[in-house]
Amino acid sequence: MAGPSLMDSLFQRSVDDIIKGIRLSPPGTESTFIAKSLDEIRREIKSTDPQTKATALHKLTYLHSLHGADMSWAAFHSVELSSSSAHSHKRIAFLAASLSFNPSTTEVILLLTHQLRKDLSSSNVHEVSLALSTLSSICNPDLARDLTPELFTLLSSSKIFVRKKAIAAVLRVFEQYPDAVLVCFKRVVENLENGDMGVLSAVVGLFCELTEKDPKSYLPLAPEFYKILVDCRNNWVLIKVIKIFAKLAPLEPRLGKRVVEPICEHMGRTGAKSLAFECVRTIVTSLSDHDSAVKLAVGKLREFLLDDDPNLKYLGLQALAIVARTNMWAVLENKELVVKALSDVDVNIKLEALRLVMCMVSEDNIMEICRILISHALKSDPEFCNEILDFILLTCGRNFYEVIFDFDWYVSFLGEMARIPHCQKGSEIESQLVDIGMRVKDARLQLVHVARDLVIDPALLGNPFIHGVLAAAAWVSGEYIELSRNPFEIMEALLQPRTSLLTPSVRAVYIQSAFKVIIFCLNSYLKLNGDDPSYPSESTYSDVKSDYPGRFETVASQLLSDTEPDNPNMVVKHGQKPSVSSKMHHLTLESLVALVNLVETNLGPLAGSNEVEVQERASNVLGLIKLIKPKLLGCLDTREGDKANGELKASEMVELIFGAFSEDLGPVSLNAQERVPVPDGLVLKENLRDLEEICGDIELPLSTSFSLVKLQTMDATSNLEHHSKEEFEPSTESTSLLAEHRKRHGLYYLPAENAGIISNDYPPAHDPKDKASDETEDLVKLTEQSLVIKKKPNQAKSRPVVVKLDDGEGFKVAAKAPEFKADLISGAVQEVLLGNEATTSSSRRKSSKKSSKRREMDESNVGVPESKNEIVKADMPEIGFSSSGRRKHHGHGKERKHRSSGKDKVHDHKDKQKSEHGHGKHKSRQRADGALAAQSPVIPDFLL
Amino acid sequence: MSHLFEFATIDLASKNSVAEQHDRLFNRSKGRARVDLRLIHQLHSLIRFILLQNRQGKTRLAKYYIPLEESEKHKVEYEVHRLVVNRDPKFTNFVEFRTHKVIYRRYAGLFFSLCVDITDNELAYLESIHLFVEILDHFFSNVCELDLVFNFHKVYLILDEFILAGELQETSKKAIIERMGELEKQE
Repeated sequence: MAGPSLMDSLFQRSVDDIIKGIRLSPPGTESTFIAKSLDEIRREIKSTDPQTKATALHKLTYLHSLHGADMSWAAFHSVELSSSSAHSHKRIAFLAASLSFNPSTTEVILLLTHQLRKDLSSSNVHEVSLALSTLSSICNPDLARDLTPELFTLLSSSKIFVRKKAIAAVLRVFEQYPDAVLVCFKRVVENLENGDMGVLSAVVGLFCELTEKDPKSYLPLAPEFYKILVDCRNNWVLIKVIKIFAKLAPLEPRLGKRVVEPICEHMGRTGAKSLAFECVRTIVTSLSDHDSAVKLAVGKLREFLLDDDPNLKYLGLQALAIVARTNMWAVLENKELVVKALSDVDVNIKLEALRLVMCMVSEDNIMEICRILISHALKSDPEFCNEILDFILLTCGRNFYEVIFDFDWYVSFLGEMARIPHCQKGSEIESQLVDIGMRVKDARLQLVHVARDLVIDPALLGNPFIHGVLAAAAWVSGEYIELSRNPFEIMEALLQPRTSLLTPSVRAVYIQSAFKVIIFCLNSYLKLNGDDPSYPSESTYSDVKSDYPGRFETVASQLLSDTEPDNPNMVVKHGQKPSVSSKMHHLTLESLVALVNLVETNLGPLAGSNEVEVQERASNVLGLIKLIKPKLLGCLDTREGDKANGELKASEMVELIFGAFSEDLGPVSLNAQERVPVPDGLVLKENLRDLEEICGDIELPLSTSFSLVKLQTMDATSNLEHHSKEEFEPSTESTSLLAEHRKRHGLYYLPAENAGIISNDYPPAHDPKDKASDETEDLVKLTEQSLVIKKKPNQAKSRPVVVKLDDGEGFKVAAKAPEFKADLISGAVQEVLLGNEATTSSSRRKSSKKSSKRREMDESNVGVPESKNEIVKADMPEIGFSSSGRRKHHGHGKERKHRSSGKDKVHDHKDKQKSEHGHGKHKSRQRADGALAAQSPVIPDFLL
Repeated sequence: MSHLFEFATIDLASKNSVAEQHDRLFNRSKGRARVDLRLIHQLHSLIRFILLQNRQGKTRLAKYYIPLEESEKHKVEYEVHRLVVNRDPKFTNFVEFRTHKVIYRRYAGLFFSLCVDITDNELAYLESIHLFVEILDHFFSNVCELDLVFNFHKVYLILDEFILAGELQETSKKAIIERMGELEKQE
């Protein structure tokens, strides 16, 4: 390719030309203009003339930062230009680098090392500052390691703004290269006593950042921070220093006692809201055990809440939420303000208020709060409405409905929520309805009422968001049909025409529930006419019923009450033979036939449905009807005839199916499977890859099942009959097939005896062990309840038992976030802080931070540096190692004069440092001495 | 170009030898360095990025203090614009953004957005945005959007004096104006 010509350089377009060009280009052609400019830039940037190159790079940077053009390809050109002697070129080059380089992926960063080093040591402060800015943007571990010596020098630069930038940049270097801490930390700490606000601000900012990660390492610096807290008048610095104390105070109670006073003082005095808020936040998060301070803070918060500025209101609410964790009274005191904030215009404020309202929830006020919230939900926009519903559901459902006392109310409330027009929380309501059905026996009656109201309402079927709720309602109606006042009504609801609007999976639930209802009706009818005392499932049946002795009303009694209102106790219970059985029989039989016909007409078309779930379930019901119907009709026709013989088989079947359904479904423990002991000799982790090869040719039956639909529906009756027979006697056909398969692939079967053991040993989900633990838990729960009731006599009835399984269920303690690899920076800091302490026996600097006791010890050791060093070497081999590394490190830095390679020279180095800084330290030590208070002998008080 | 390249190669070689020395001395440092890249995401009170966008969502200034892929940057800019552009002036100046918080302020048709940690001091950053705008206003004497476009490099310079490595550098308007005056002389 031809190099850029002179013409190119002469007629090169400037940045302004590009900007104007883009602005003038007609809409839509911008991108072509940019593409054209990029082509130009690609040519120009290769120029050997630095001016042309710089302009090209400048243009490219513009296109990159304002128009998102890719400039990663030009990385090398930035590096080239950075060595230009013209400051303006250098600036363009470094701007391009800092905007476009990615520390982890741009490879040419390493080529910048030399230039950066040169600029960092330059005598031109602007170059130094430019290099520092660039370094902080593109720092990677290699750069950090190689430039640490230069940075070390700059940390004590006499130019304030250079020093300031060096401090900010050093944080990036620490992150990338923790060993830099060993070199630079001391100088950074020295800057804490600098009088210049800029430097102080930078250094406090740096510590604020470091403290956030690992507060413990910086406890020894507490006296320095305390001094700043008391003396400094710069709000920004104060905010940062208060942030530091927010991290340190929880670690050392005595520190909290010392800082609480100055923080309260700042809070009271300052006019700056930001500082006041920081004080408040620190008090409520870290100093919440100082009651008077919390009171002051809450007073300040109230000012925030009453302010017109939405920002302050929002922050006030946020801080109040923090207070709520420890001091509930603060929220209750501001209750009316919080509730008012619920109707704010800003959704942020509303959400914060909502969170707070939910904090206030207890079993006493849950009903009231929910009522308030629902009224808010009804008049808010859909988004916030759902946010409210979400919070309600979450709070009420928390920890097995901990706050709910009155489940009848809650169940109705769930139904009410489902009917809110914007409700999109169907799935959560669905799972709670089912969950309560299974866990809280006492709530079932009300649940069935609520479910009935939901299922029966044709308007609800049109709202796809609550199909989940309807599924739950249908399931509840079917599962607890014996509690229903009128199963016929439920059946009609389940089969209403608008159910065609439901999704197939929900529809399947509807059909299954209809199945349960019809079985229940048939069974009740049979029972009414049951002359046969030896009904096989009678006991199961009565078990279910006997839970509700007073309330239970059957189909029959309901139907009868029309004609015989004076006979309301017509309750079907075993042992109680209805005296008017013939009349009931008459009524029931006819209505039953009507019911069966209804089901048949409605489900008939569904047997050809494309949805497997729907189709299969409909076929099941239809199959049953085919079987039952002739018998029923037969009964109707020859009422007095051979009814007993004819009905026998059908009734047995109904009994059996009913028996299957009447088994109470309960929640299953998450750990149920874990509790199943693994049988000996069962190999679970064997690689079964070869099995795939063998079975590869066996096609999945899935593809054929759809084409079989027709066939299946035609043969539905016969199939069903066949299946029902199979239920009674184990199929010989399948066993023989199984045996054959086993013969062929015996390798993959478990040994016969093991298989036997497995089937015998697998406990059912509700094994006796479970039950036992349930009972004890229930007992505990009950005793707790009774205690609660004693405390609150206003509770009219005791809280119903909520079935819980083992502790593990529901709340799995959130897996602990994997511990971050030992924090390297803080490790290094500790090495520096503690290591210096130990090694530099004569260093007053460090000891001034420690307790007087420690200092005395150090000073008493001054005379025996050799032995001290020995001890250190034995105790912490790490220190010797690191400090030698550090000396080595200086080897290519500016500090060559400090350098020494032998261990014996360590003290020279330290002494030099001491003499350099001894004067300033002395002052601080005197101050420290003055402030000495009585201390416990064990833990050093870091705040001298 | 060739001489530049030579110098670069030499530099690389010397760097390698230094690196080897270090690896001998800190035989863990290589492993450490790799882990450390992740520490960046642990930083708490730093500014993650500062954005300057107009009402149409055109970025006028974007400075990231955390390393992000280019595509990710564009996504962030798009999302932040969508978050702030339709907010009523009566609303709070804070919006939650992913796991962080964006503090924004609107000046005429320009949105200044700062992304900080969720626990950081919102009011202080709100004030600092204002300070930044005041500095711009002073520097360009009555700043408008076009000033920022045509002088984008100077805006970055001012920003570098104001915020470095995600940390607020200077809270004094006067100091920054003075510094900028000195820098102008360098040109």
